[in-house]
Amino acid sequence: MDMRTPLGHVRGLGSTNDGVKHWWMQRLTGIALIPLTLWFLYSAVQLSGATHAEFIAWVGAYGNPVLLSALIVCMFHHGQLGLHVIIEDYITSEGTKMTLLIAIKFAAILFGASAIFSILRLTIKGS
Amino acid sequence: MASQNRPLSPHLQIYKPQITSILSITHCMTGLFLVCGAFLLASWLITATYGPEAFEVVQSLLYSWFGKLVLLGLTFSIYFHLANGIRHLGWDSGKGFELPKVRISGIAVILFAISLTVLTWIVGYAIAGGS
Repeated sequence: MDMRTPLGHVRGLGSTNDGVKHWWMQRLTGIALIPLTLWFLYSAVQLSGATHAEFIAWVGAYGNPVLLSALIVCMFHHGQLGLHVIIEDYITSEGTKMTLLIAIKFAAILFGASAIFSILRLTIKGS
Repeated sequence: MASQNRPLSPHLQIYKPQITSILSITHCMTGLFLVCGAFLLASWLITATYGPEAFEVVQSLLYSWFGKLVLLGLTFSIYFHLANGIRHLGWDSGKGFELPKVRISGIAVILFAISLTVLTWIVGYAIAGGS
């Protein structure tokens, strides 16, 4: 006799073994990226031809470090989720697929963390 | 499991390109390109911590004709992926599935992406003083 509830059976299953979490996080980060990318584009256009000092002043300006960090997190998370689907769809060899899935996750975290560290450093130390 | 000589489902070349399929693959390609853009943005921030000289190298790369081409592609990709992403959110909520509506929203996405890309670059050139 199975003592598990019907919910317990299906939780965490589905084609990606993590239920709707992937789908939901992709939408959530996508929605967050709508205002964040528009804000970034607006800022990036104004930074056309900016010097190093002007760039640092912009990174550290009121509110910008937080928005920039939020952009980095959402962007890399959203990108990693998207690449995950592309790899699953187009790479048929199981070994290559797993290697790529692990590599993009590591790369996203490495670059995302480095970017946020850089934002903090530029804001606090100024270079 | 080895499986030879099995019948295959019809592949791409048998289908006529349609706005639905073209926009779908463009969403995928722009997404892929934007991931490269994410790494570029991260590198931009990281290089800035190495001082003005390192930052200048990146800036001169970005302002070369190739750099500008990449940035132009990224600008279009952002607007396209953003507009088409909103289109997807509409479908997620069960709206706009009728074929005429899918066509109209698709055309709207293309027009939005192209016009805002052009507008952004005109403003960018005006701010940078034509450099």
